[in-house]
Amino acid sequence: MKTLILGTAALALTAGLAFAAGHEKTVRMGTEGAYAPYNFINDSGELAGFEIDLGNELCARAELTCEWVKNDWDSIIPNLVSANYDTIMAGMSITAERDEVIDFTQDYFPPTASAYVAAADNADWETGVIAAQTATIQAAHIAEGGATLVEFATPEETVAAVRNGEADAVFADRDYLAPLVEESGGALVFVGPDVPLGGGVGMGLRESDGELKDKFNAAITAMKEDGSLNELLVKWFGEGVQTY
Amino acid sequence: MFEFCEDPSTLDSLRWFSCYLTNGVHMQFYGSFIKVLALLAITAPVALAFGFAGAMAARSRVAPVAWFGKGYIAIVRGVPDIAFFLFFVIALDQAFEYIRHRVLCPDWTDPIRQGSDFLVCQQAKLPLGSSPEWVHETYGFFLAVITFSIVFGAFAANVLYGGMRAVPRAQMETAEAYGMTRRQTFWRIVVPQMWVYALPGLSNLWMVLIKATPLLFLLGIEDIVYWARELGSTKTARFSDYPHGDWRMWYFLGLLVFYLAMTRVSEVVLERLMVRLTHGQATTGGEAQRKAVAA
Amino acid sequence: MSCWQTIQDYGLRSLGYGERLLPRTDFTLCEHFVLIGSGMIWNIYFGIAALLMGFFLATALAVAKMSPRALIRKPAEWFIFLFRGSPLFIQFFFAYFFFLSLKGSYPIFDPFTSAWLGALLVLFFNTAAYSGEIFYGALRSIPKGDVEAADAYGLTGWPRFKRIVWPTMLRLAWPAYTNEAIFLFHATALVFFSSFPAWQQRGDALYYANYFADKTFNPFVPYPILAFYFILFTLVIVFVFGLINKRLNRHLPQTEQRKLKIRPNLIR
Repeated sequence: MKTLILGTAALALTAGLAFAAGHEKTVRMGTEGAYAPYNFINDSGELAGFEIDLGNELCARAELTCEWVKNDWDSIIPNLVSANYDTIMAGMSITAERDEVIDFTQDYFPPTASAYVAAADNADWETGVIAAQTATIQAAHIAEGGATLVEFATPEETVAAVRNGEADAVFADRDYLAPLVEESGGALVFVGPDVPLGGGVGMGLRESDGELKDKFNAAITAMKEDGSLNELLVKWFGEGVQTY
Repeated sequence: MFEFCEDPSTLDSLRWFSCYLTNGVHMQFYGSFIKVLALLAITAPVALAFGFAGAMAARSRVAPVAWFGKGYIAIVRGVPDIAFFLFFVIALDQAFEYIRHRVLCPDWTDPIRQGSDFLVCQQAKLPLGSSPEWVHETYGFFLAVITFSIVFGAFAANVLYGGMRAVPRAQMETAEAYGMTRRQTFWRIVVPQMWVYALPGLSNLWMVLIKATPLLFLLGIEDIVYWARELGSTKTARFSDYPHGDWRMWYFLGLLVFYLAMTRVSEVVLERLMVRLTHGQATTGGEAQRKAVAA
Repeated sequence: MSCWQTIQDYGLRSLGYGERLLPRTDFTLCEHFVLIGSGMIWNIYFGIAALLMGFFLATALAVAKMSPRALIRKPAEWFIFLFRGSPLFIQFFFAYFFFLSLKGSYPIFDPFTSAWLGALLVLFFNTAAYSGEIFYGALRSIPKGDVEAADAYGLTGWPRFKRIVWPTMLRLAWPAYTNEAIFLFHATALVFFSSFPAWQQRGDALYYANYFADKTFNPFVPYPILAFYFILFTLVIVFVFGLINKRLNRHLPQTEQRKLKIRPNLIR
């Protein structure tokens, strides 16, 4: 899945380099391409989604030339620190353990709620079988609770597990589940409370890339102030979304 | 693709499918078949070369070289390919960049590892930061080919090593009697004859190589399995003009047919190759051919 | 926390015993080794169970493929072609789907969607197909003299097969079969990797290696440890199969007892 296209770009922007960034330098932006509406592949085979729109706008404001790179979720951070691309915009929640290895900009999506979705209203989300994607903050949350965790490799499979009765409920980002529930025609319903996990979604960067981080931070602040970030949020997540 | 594809939600199922199956993302899916075939076509000879070098090293009379050859074969064969693929590509890329860094930027004073970051000087990056996207793609493809070749080279080395040893002793003794040197014996007697002994093993290796391609997505190649999964997953009307449920089953069925067809074709071709190679060889197969012609 | 403590807490974690929560911060090398080693229990279980069961089915398939009757030969040929011709990855996928739908109609299939039974069944069929082809090749190259001698002694049917054909087939097939065992063992790593779901964080060695790689964001520690374990157990397989090979050939004079040559003949 990961387009491990190995490159650099914007290394000139890294601390410790004497010469400044030339205009020909491209900032390579890593994303997953499998997490609608944050990032996904549209019918014509191109990357699309909230983060793609946002990333392009941020690059325009920061006057950077940007390029998108698809990479598998499992290796998305190792490839960033290995400088195969320069940023991650992949619906990645800001967590303490990630923050130890990479840096984050301020969040561009408010702290997200995770939610349970089941096939019936009375599903047992507290002690039943809960499906989650392997190695996500949601999986970690369920592992700590009283429910039986069952992990699948992709988000698609976690929802499928609820549909076919393998799991009582799926636990994932509410924004990922919302369109699926909406279009399921009643086959899927939200159950239980929303659980705030993670510290909002931010753009991941190498710790040594301070200058690039400052540029993006400035652009995000500008977009928050003039309301254009909120417009994008509403466009991709609907009216109910939390805005800045 | 077709003009009537403007609004797919109004189409009847035949037209709907003709639009669906020809949209951009499907084109990439079809393209990935070519990518996989190209990778197979390039990897096979490269892996064979790695294997040949490995087998020659293992046969070497210089002890360290022989140890290296045997160690390569034993270690790489002992590890499941999937475990190898999960970390090796990044390691390989970092190794290349590290070497280039040492050669191109001798004056660099900053540490290469800063915390968890791996930083080399700009000239040492592969590909260079200013390269267009296709260079990055090609480099990724190249890394995948090398990684596959290293893994399958170890297996090929083992097969070829066995093939070299299977060449009848009498053949080499005859060569020595003719006054050939060790090197001449190797290239003129052993190498031309070893293939017939190595081919059954190599055929199997080829079959294994075909079936290892679903692991390509671990190496950063968007292969057929990646696209089958992506296309088969549930699509909602908000993000696609072609909403559908979980269709992974049908896409994987297509892949199954593809792999079975590849296997069948390979079996037929390799069978013919075996007949060709057996011709005139000092084996039971060669003997049978001679008798058939004589009769 | 001492390493001994870690072993007590996590040594059997893959089976669900010991500490319920996996380590989450300050990962030590000891934790890496213990948890990944704990996961190896599953790989060993899958390997041994599939190999033992597969051995018998493989013999049956090889004999069936030799059969002159198409009604017996064809199913065996198709079975072998199907399982040798498709990636294990896709076989797992279909098996999981298939068991799920069976489970919907017949509750007796409940355990089949769990890895311990469902994945085992796939691995069993898979290795049976590969070994069946190896045994079939060996059956075809049994020296004519052996069989003629058996005929001369008046051996027919089952006794002839059990005492002459089968042992000779095993002797001929053993080097290739050793390889099959190694590759089956390696293939067990695929079970929890995008095939069968992991329950309560009980997974195989690759599952835990993946867990560490994901938490530490450093693939260079857990995967080489995983590789170390696999190399270790591959050596054990080679040793055990070497012993069996010695026993199979014990009637031969010492000088003719060829050492077991490991050639990857029939692999995935």
